[in-house]
Formats: sequence, C-alpha cells, structure tokens
Amino acid sequence: MTDTPVLPMSKRELLGLIGKTAGASAMYMAMTSMGQAQTSPFKGPIKLEGDVKGASVLILGAGVAGLVAALELSRAGYKVQVLEYNGRVGGRSWTLRGGDSFTELGGITQRCDFAPGNYINPGPWRIPYNHYGIMHYCMELGVALEPFMQLNYNAYVHSTKAFGGVPQRYRHIQADLYGGLSELLAKAVNKNALADSVTNEDAELLMQALRGWGALDKDYRYVKGQGSSSRRGWTKGPGGGLSAEPIPSDPIAFTDVLRSGLWRSVGVSLSNDHQTNIFQPVGGMDMVARGFEKEVGKYVRLNSKVVAIRQGEKGVTVDYEDTKTGEKLKASADWCLCTIPLSILSQIEMTVGDEMAAAIRAVPYEASVKVGIEFKRRFWEQDEQIYGGISYTDLPISQISYPSTRFGDKGPGVLLGAYSFGTFAYEYTTLPPAERVARTVEWGSQIHKQYKSDYRNGISVGWHRVPWTQGCFGNWSDEARAEHYKNLCAIDGRILLAGEHASFIPAWQEGGITSSLDAIGRLHQRVLAS
Amino acid sequence: MKIATLSLALAGLVAVGSFSAMALAQVRSEPAAAAANALNTVKEGDADGAFVQNGKFAEPTGAAMYKRVCAGCHMPNGEGAKGAGFYPALTKNEKLAAGAYPAFVILKGMNGMPPIGRSMTDQQIADVVNYVRTSFGNKYRDKVTAADVAAMH
Repeated sequence: MTDTPVLPMSKRELLGLIGKTAGASAMYMAMTSMGQAQTSPFKGPIKLEGDVKGASVLILGAGVAGLVAALELSRAGYKVQVLEYNGRVGGRSWTLRGGDSFTELGGITQRCDFAPGNYINPGPWRIPYNHYGIMHYCMELGVALEPFMQLNYNAYVHSTKAFGGVPQRYRHIQADLYGGLSELLAKAVNKNALADSVTNEDAELLMQALRGWGALDKDYRYVKGQGSSSRRGWTKGPGGGLSAEPIPSDPIAFTDVLRSGLWRSVGVSLSNDHQTNIFQPVGGMDMVARGFEKEVGKYVRLNSKVVAIRQGEKGVTVDYEDTKTGEKLKASADWCLCTIPLSILSQIEMTVGDEMAAAIRAVPYEASVKVGIEFKRRFWEQDEQIYGGISYTDLPISQISYPSTRFGDKGPGVLLGAYSFGTFAYEYTTLPPAERVARTVEWGSQIHKQYKSDYRNGISVGWHRVPWTQGCFGNWSDEARAEHYKNLCAIDGRILLAGEHASFIPAWQEGGITSSLDAIGRLHQRVLAS
Repeated sequence: MKIATLSLALAGLVAVGSFSAMALAQVRSEPAAAAANALNTVKEGDADGAFVQNGKFAEPTGAAMYKRVCAGCHMPNGEGAKGAGFYPALTKNEKLAAGAYPAFVILKGMNGMPPIGRSMTDQQIADVVNYVRTSFGNKYRDKVTAADVAAMH
C-alpha cells in the first residue's frame, strides 16, 4: 500500500484525533445496549379487566407515573388516593411562566417575570413520536401538540477552541464533514484499499452512495460548486430576475472540520429519541399534567409530605404531613404504588425487604441545570434567521434552544439559555440564582452579541436544588442495574415502585409512564389472584 | 494496509459523529460523560478552577472545591437543607470523625448522591475532605491523604 497522504494533516494526527473519540464510541455502544435507543414498549391502552373486589391503592407522587396509575386504576374500579408533596400535580413535568415563583433548597425564591405566553420547561421538554405511551395519553386527554424544532440547520455549533471562537452554522459543518468523509472513502475505494472488506460489485454501489451522501462531484471530489452549496448553502443564493445567478460558497477544509471537534454536535438528531417527528405540548409541558388532572385531580391530595411507609399482612399505611399546616396525618390502602424519586425515597422510613431497600439506595441522581432568558425581541429570528432548534457549544451553557412557536412575534421572546449536565452543572448549581442568570448572559453573548443589549430577565433551575427530587433523574450504572433493577421493580409484599427510575428510558416521561403501566398490570394480576 | 485502516477508522468517525454531549447527557454512565467531554473544554474558567473543563473538576483547593461543587447540595456553610428529603448538614457532623468515611462517600456515592469523586483526583478528594473536617465547626486535626483515597478505589 502507498503512503500517499489523503488529508492535509498527517495520519498520526488524524489517528490521534480518532483515538480520542474511541472511548466515547465504546461507551455509546454500551449505552445503546442499555436501552437508550430502543423504542417504547407501549403496546396500546392497558386493559385491567375483572373484579377488583373493592381493592384500594395509595399512590405516592403525582408526576406522570402516579397520574397514569390513578387514571387507569380508577377506571378499573380501584379506590385510589394520591399524595403529592407539591402544591400542583405534574412533578418534573413542569412549566414556569410569568407570575410563577420557585423556592429552591437553600431558601432563595425566584419569581418568573416572563411576558404573557412565554415560558420554559425546567424538566422534560420534548415528546418523541416513538414514545408511544405519552403520545397515547396526549391524544386521549386532548393535550394539543406542536412540532418541537429539534434540528435547525441554520443554528450554530460553537467551540471556544475552534475558528477563533466564531460560531459556525450547523449546515456548514455537517455538509463539510459528510463531504470530506465521502471524498476520503471514495479515494480509498479507488486505490483498492478496501478490497478485503468490499467486493467489486459493492464497491460500485459504495461509490454511488458516497457521491450522494457527501454531495461529491463527478470525479468524487467535495469541492466548491453546485453540489456542495446545495447542502451547505450559497454565498449568494439563487433567486429570480437579472441578478439571479447563484454564487457558490467555499467549503471548510476537512482537516479544520475534524480538528474543530464541532462534528461532535452533528447528528444529535440522529438518535432515535430525537428524530423527527418530535413534539411539545402547546403552551408548556405541564399541559400533560393538566390533561391528567381533569380526569384524576379529584383523587390527589396536594402539599402532602410522606414521612413513613409501613406495610403489614393486610395493607399499607403511610404517615404524611401537610406542608402548609404541619398537621400529621395517615393514609391507608390495600396496596401502595410509590413513584417518589429514589433520591428522596432512600431517606424515607419504609418497611420493605432487603433487596428492594438496597435497590432504592443504588441509584445516584444526575446534576442538570436549565436557565430561561427573556429578551426584548427575537433577535435570533430577526437578525440571524434562526427559527427554533438548538445551538451547541462547549461553553458551560452547553446549548441554546430557541422557541419552537410564535415565529415572527414582535414582543419579548424566551429562549433556553443553558441546559447543562456533568461537572459544569454541579458548578452552575452552586451559584446563587441571579448569578446563574448573569453568567448565562455573559456566556451566551459569545454566540449572540445581542444578549447584553436585549436582555430583560431570567430564571434558573439547578436540579440538585429542587426540594422534591434532589437531582434530575436516576443515573443507573450498568453494574447497579444488573444487580438491583429487577429487585426495584418487583412487588414487595403490598408495595411496588414506578417512575423514570424504574425504566430503561431514564429522564424521559415515557420511562415513568411505561413503568407505571407495567407495575399496575402486575398489581392487577396479583389482585385478581388473591 | 495503512490507508484501509485509516478509512475504516474514518467510517467509525461517522458513527461517533452521530451522538453528542447532549444525547449522552440524557442517559449515560460516568465514564461516558468523561469520554464525551474529553475535548469539551473552555478557554478560560474561573480563577478558582470552576468551569474550566466539563467532565473534570479543576478546583485546586479544598475550599474552592467545597464552594464551587459541594455547596450545590450541602449549602455554602455546610448547613444542609430540607425539602421532601434532605441534604445532611456537615456542621459538627459526627460522621466526619473518621476521615475515611467522607472520602469513601465522595468516591462511591451514597443513596442519591452521585460518586462525584470520579471527576476529582485523589488529591482533590483528600483536600476537600480535609477542608470539610476543619470547617463548619468541625475540628478534626488528622489529615486524609491522596494515598488513603487511592486505596479505596
């Protein structure tokens, strides 16, 4: 084989770069096998048929897992009661609008000053089409959905370490990555370098595929011209009339694309949980909870803090306190479905067997921060032609998500100015809320210079400071899942658990809903058999 | 076969490009977070090490680590917090009597508390343990060392 360079960078450099990503690739495979990329197991509406003999179920937590259980169990004839810590239903399925306030652990209260119609969803914010469970309940409960702009080719990908910190359009990086890769592979095929893995017949097909996928020219090159500009956009786009002739744009050198690391952000939307169609409820994610509330709100007791869960031969008794009055109360039922996050449940006195108790203690809760910022105007639309979608950055804000609705609105607009995980999220959380907002504006202004002049107000939620979850979601390790997951989901006497933590779709509402349906299905069999 | 190797490696790159820090962030194990963020750095963090690099804490002292990381839950003066559950206060906390205990909890996690020490060096863990054990009314003189922490892995 020849050593002819195929790239304007040495092979050593290139392989070094690839090596840096190999660990991530291996982990992605592990993650996929964990279930992240699987579609929902939801198989249509649950049918709980048969005589439930007047059985009663006490449901702890009125997030989507608790609400779906209340709906289906009450329909099947069970007596249900729901205890909820907050003064509203929905749990993490939550929306902050103008006039709302939020008091985090540590005691600081933020008031949301957004203009009417503006909001952020501090928790879940997207509903993929293949999350069939939550899709089913949105349709059934009349929760109006609209498209969530997951992928916007005109939004930015940004690295403080690449292109002098100048944000790049997603379409440029994506087109030039695919084009560069295709050209390189075409060269390898032409040099017969893939002879041991591709037959001659397949090689011809591969060449066709590469030309199409990478927008290569007739000589299998990715160069300035019609092909590349039809993907990445033109310097001057085609129009009508005398001055209509388009001017092609210059692709970025492949080595610069690779070294920028920006290809990392290309393809988020390829993941099965982010593919189009993906939706959001019109008006805010809490519309899902409100849809359930119309049906089962009458069973829910708000402002109820669970302090102990005890079971005996014949039933379950829960001690709880009214968070407004301090009154100590008890609730009893034949069965208990507990959807309290494990971060909280692990601190509540509970009579369950050793296996479930160990499982409850086995799941750490991930850090995450969201910051909503309101601006005087939608400068991202008016100045930069960005209508919804997400920009990605290596700044601590990680992402900027532009609103997917009310395009062209002349009034103030709210964008999600930060959505961080990992160590940045821990560090973000320690900042006082006002400083979180100020830093978000500072960082965001590196991508949109209008941030400072057009800023109006902001609100932030650091999930480890949320009093009723102490974290964002249950972050199972593979080892903990292997040892404890089945014990967490099994019925322990008269108690069983549900929630995103009892699913293979952590952090998504679909995990909570499908775990709840699975749990009540098993509970129902137990009741019929008893 | 150098070019063939290289081309196949590039095909792998396409697969790598199909996920992002964000997709990973939705669900991932701790090592995934570190790997995905290996290049995810910012030019300038804060002077005390915060916001330098995602996936790895860069706080150089125990005091800085406590203030910029631990205080998110245990609060700025170690007072803890109470809601539906609680964050234990670290003020005059008897569980800090043996330095190995907080070091172990930081490294391995405890209930909902993540094994946050995986994003710290052994020295950083020792430093923050020593800081907490001599702050907030705690007066434990003996020190935990990086070697002590290393033995717990």
